[in-house]
Amino acid sequence: MSTVPANTAATEPVTGPDAPIEGGRRMPPMLKRALAYAVLVVFACFYIFPFLIEIGTAFKTDPDATANAMNPIPKTWTTDAFRRLADANFDRWFANSVIVALFVTAGRLFFDSLAGYALARLHFRGRKAIGAAVIAVMAVPGVVLLIPKYLVLVQLHMYDHYAGMIIPLMADAAGVFIMRQFFISIPVEIEEAARIDGAGTFRVFWSVVLPMARPALITLTILSFQGSWNEYAHFLVATQSPDLKTLTTGVGGLVSGQLSAGNQFPIKLAAATLMTIPVAAVFFIFQRYFIRGATAGAVKG
Amino acid sequence: MSEPSPTETASVAAVTLASTEEKPAPRRTRRRHPRRPRRHDEVETQNGAGWLFVLPVVIILGLFLFLPVIAAMWVSVSNWSGKGSPVHADFVGFDNYRKLLTTSGLAQRDLATSVRNNMYYVLLVVPLQTIVALGLALVLNARRLKGKGFFRTAFYFPSVTSTVAIITVFLFLFTASGSINTMLEWFGIHGPRWFSDSRGVLHQLLSGIGVLDPKHPPGWMTGHRFLGITFYEWLAGPSVAMCALIFLAVWTTGGTFMLLFLAALQDIPDDLLEAASVDGASSAQAFRKVTLPLLRPTMFLVITLGLIGTWQVFDQVQLGTKGGPSKTTITPAYLSYDTSFTGGKWGQGAAISFILFGIIIVMNIIQRIIMRERRPKSARHQRRVIFDSR
Repeated sequence: MSTVPANTAATEPVTGPDAPIEGGRRMPPMLKRALAYAVLVVFACFYIFPFLIEIGTAFKTDPDATANAMNPIPKTWTTDAFRRLADANFDRWFANSVIVALFVTAGRLFFDSLAGYALARLHFRGRKAIGAAVIAVMAVPGVVLLIPKYLVLVQLHMYDHYAGMIIPLMADAAGVFIMRQFFISIPVEIEEAARIDGAGTFRVFWSVVLPMARPALITLTILSFQGSWNEYAHFLVATQSPDLKTLTTGVGGLVSGQLSAGNQFPIKLAAATLMTIPVAAVFFIFQRYFIRGATAGAVKG
Repeated sequence: MSEPSPTETASVAAVTLASTEEKPAPRRTRRRHPRRPRRHDEVETQNGAGWLFVLPVVIILGLFLFLPVIAAMWVSVSNWSGKGSPVHADFVGFDNYRKLLTTSGLAQRDLATSVRNNMYYVLLVVPLQTIVALGLALVLNARRLKGKGFFRTAFYFPSVTSTVAIITVFLFLFTASGSINTMLEWFGIHGPRWFSDSRGVLHQLLSGIGVLDPKHPPGWMTGHRFLGITFYEWLAGPSVAMCALIFLAVWTTGGTFMLLFLAALQDIPDDLLEAASVDGASSAQAFRKVTLPLLRPTMFLVITLGLIGTWQVFDQVQLGTKGGPSKTTITPAYLSYDTSFTGGKWGQGAAISFILFGIIIVMNIIQRIIMRERRPKSARHQRRVIFDSR
């Protein structure tokens, strides 16, 4: 009954890959491929349809949304939901998200690559210990730190300030790890040549090594932007004033209470659509890097 | 487990991360040491530069990761009420932990309920998302398939979007007259009122096949308690509302893990499978004997990440259900937040955080043991295992 959707999700991929494989001998390749396509198309529908509903419902009237939940095309098109969003301070949330994402991304790019470089190349006392600590930190579940982080933010007088929203996110262990792995993979000779020419450590890092690290930097940019844009829990515990709401906490508040029980889904889904657009744009432009980085970013759980 | 050294090709991230805690990477750097000319002054300058380079990261991670853990340890053994500095709060020993674990009362019952809820969530989400991810990756990995990029994008896109947006959509899809129920109606199924239905699925299932009568549950089940709630309550299974959250999790993370499997599959050399087929293996045999063993490290990574992630469900609960209906979707992470921020019992909230941390660590140790056992070791080792078990 209630497990029905879970069941379809579970059984289909099993029969999916199994069927073409098991029948390898008996089944003609044409049929095999047709089956593969069938599985893919069914799943693609499952994955795309919710987004169509999201966008379509954003342009509906409230009664239309409730009455025709299954139809993504509005009976009468209206941008009313978007207009009401503007009244709900949506632009402020958007601006805050942009500010936070920019600073966090810039910070992570610089700090993570500095640390990653040092851990990959520089010889200093305690390097091993720090390298191990960075990896250990990746294993600490983020949710466990929510309350502790709030405590520290209050003690440091950063609670309910941009500083408290941005600085704790400005370095992340996974990013350091990604950069370190990249720097290890590029040949040392070029750096040594530059050093012999008299360049200092920072100079070598900044004008020789960093330009070579472009692919890794792009991956890190994307991960950081996406991560900070979508961050919710941290902002939830780091701020309370309405002026510091980001898209996630702002829309989150909209969804989980402020509009109460009323079925005001068009406005909620309009907000959800708008907040997805920037990340979606970045995703489609940098897809190649996204998919490369996804495997690395997954470590955050 | 001692990782079988992963194929050192593409999918760097996936594979290296699989062996994060193992030796490969550090070993490589260690090897570099002696090769370098070690002039005294060079080492000196790098000591300074090295520390300068890592300093920002060390400060940030120290302040917002290390220090919080210390602070929370203190708070969890104090009676801090949220006002003033926690430094001046009174030390209460393990009172908070005792209240949660041994003293019967609301705190204990809530924690037990949250652990039960999350346990069912983990038990369903981890296998389902692994199967979905592996299945999709296997289909997508087939040769001469058109539109691979499109499908991959479609499956991965939910992983990129924020939980806030996704929970919004799901709340709408799962309304009483929403798309999901409309779709179920096509098959003549009258769908439940998902997010407000607190009935336990396992209870429903057992009563459906006549094993259990929900009106008169057997006495041994209601009479015995573990951590403050009865056996009967432990066996409720995920509530219908929780099932919606489970569906959401599988739908969202399936794509991420699909990419990991896809990367690993692309690393399997074609001639290996061809050799198997030349040797007369059927496709099913080749899959079981060649593909699956080679996917082991990835499988290990996916399950580890899954276990860590699923014990941390917070966003969806905080945004979507607030723990309801009837507390059937509270999770330890949410309970810890709610106890502190809403209830003002910071000591208790912090204690729940540490209990959750403990659960995650124990789960990962258990998983490591299980996955190590199943790995065929040398014959001698197997013999010893059999021998020891007698």
